[in-house]
Amino acid sequence: MNVLSVEALDSNHGLLKAVRGVSFTVAEGEILALVGANGAGKTTLLRTIAGAHKPSSGKIVFEGIDVTNVPAGKRTRAGIALVPEGRRIFGEMTVEENLLVAGRTGRKGRWNYATVLEAFPMLRRIAQRKGGDLSGGEQQATAIGRALMTNPRLLLIDELSLGLSPVAVNAVYESLESVMASGATIVLVEQDLSRVLRVSTRVACMLEGRIVREGRTSEITKEAITEAYFGLRRGEEVKA
Amino acid sequence: MIDQIVQGIFLGGYYALVACGLSFMYGVMRIINLAHGSLVVLSAFLVWYITEHLGISPFIALLIVIPIMAAAGWILQRTVLDRSLRSGPLTPLLSTFGLAIVIDNLLFQRFGADSRSLGPNIGTLSYNGWTLPGGVTVSELGLLTLGTAIVLIVGLQLFLKYAPLGRAIRATSEDRDTAELMGIDSRSVYAAAAAIALATVAIAGMFLGMRTTFAPYAGATQLIFAFESVVIGGTGSLWGTLVGAIALGVAQNLGALVNPQGFFIAGHLLFFCVLAVRFFAAGSFSAGWLKVLRRQSA
Repeated sequence: MNVLSVEALDSNHGLLKAVRGVSFTVAEGEILALVGANGAGKTTLLRTIAGAHKPSSGKIVFEGIDVTNVPAGKRTRAGIALVPEGRRIFGEMTVEENLLVAGRTGRKGRWNYATVLEAFPMLRRIAQRKGGDLSGGEQQATAIGRALMTNPRLLLIDELSLGLSPVAVNAVYESLESVMASGATIVLVEQDLSRVLRVSTRVACMLEGRIVREGRTSEITKEAITEAYFGLRRGEEVKA
Repeated sequence: MIDQIVQGIFLGGYYALVACGLSFMYGVMRIINLAHGSLVVLSAFLVWYITEHLGISPFIALLIVIPIMAAAGWILQRTVLDRSLRSGPLTPLLSTFGLAIVIDNLLFQRFGADSRSLGPNIGTLSYNGWTLPGGVTVSELGLLTLGTAIVLIVGLQLFLKYAPLGRAIRATSEDRDTAELMGIDSRSVYAAAAAIALATVAIAGMFLGMRTTFAPYAGATQLIFAFESVVIGGTGSLWGTLVGAIALGVAQNLGALVNPQGFFIAGHLLFFCVLAVRFFAAGSFSAGWLKVLRRQSA
């Protein structure tokens, strides 16, 4: 069963048409990695799915319900959670408060304050520190934990490793892999192709607002993604 | 002198009560509610009206007025302020200014120009007190006002820190878009914050009526003192508002020692000095003048 279905979606980032006629589906338990160069439209696509941007045309169907015109808050309460680019942690609130404030959605599920700390042990020792005082890795872990607190059916993670040190990226992925192993449905925007091929079940490559290559991770090579990434075979938009 | 300072502290307690809602609304929604003073006077009239017509204590009447004002805050936010906020930071100033004029004139139409007071309805509370060594007078009402202000501010701080709605209010005030992405309905959170602010206004209104007389057009004075308290203490900080309000009350009472007109002048002077220091410290003043000079020389 498809958790998410995006149909012919167009979305603008300011005056720029950042997403052009994008269509794809995400099945339950699938981890879809969205790759592409800066400005390819990945962030706008994720923010449009989450409700932070209004699409100019197209359709977003979540669990069989058209949510295209549903506001962001309602989408989150329905089960879509976004880990935004730049983390957007509440800097004046402690890590504990950042997590608890997201737990107000009232959605039932496996995630609560205790289980999030279990999955992200690094948060335990910084629980009483303010969000603004954290390192990039700690903020990213808090941002993912905060999104999990909403007990999402679909988790959208934007630029997970952006601006983080390799050590911090490893630590965050170590914790995230336990979330992935639990059968979560995830759309992940990531620049590190090796990592993408290791953690995702399907890859979609975006170029200039369009998905130009898409396929199962087991059936697609790093070279093929790299070609699509840089638009080397733009004439051959292939769906594997 | 010591007595004047003590009376200034009690007066500051009253200013803190009035300023609390203004500070809360600004801290959460970045709205400077110019109708705040008029709403305090409206609350005072409501408490007075219920007290007179039902023959009950103003404290019992307050229990009726608090939910009425909270509901008014909710409706005000959903119908006027939320729409105004979407049109930029200046629109709420205009809409709340207009609201103040409407409230003042409706009160005038309904109750006339006569001054009212809750003094006769609170028995000995309005004049009872103790005289300490050194001629320092501590009035029961002054102590009750200051105590209520402290309890209210501590309560609001605890609410913001520990209550789920309080945390949602803080998150929304820090980053509305991200709060929405966390499933928080920011419109409802803002409406709840406005309801809380107006509930504190109801309490301030009752103390206004108990301390002194009030008339339909008394809102502007209440607004000025509340605004000065908030600015002196640092905008958006509840503890800062208490400190600012006490500083204002003490300055006014010390000013009155020098000259009867000094009461107002000293308060405004303190407000002006704090504003000037903040302006210079932020570098806005020099940067602003530099821009003007550059424009003139160009």
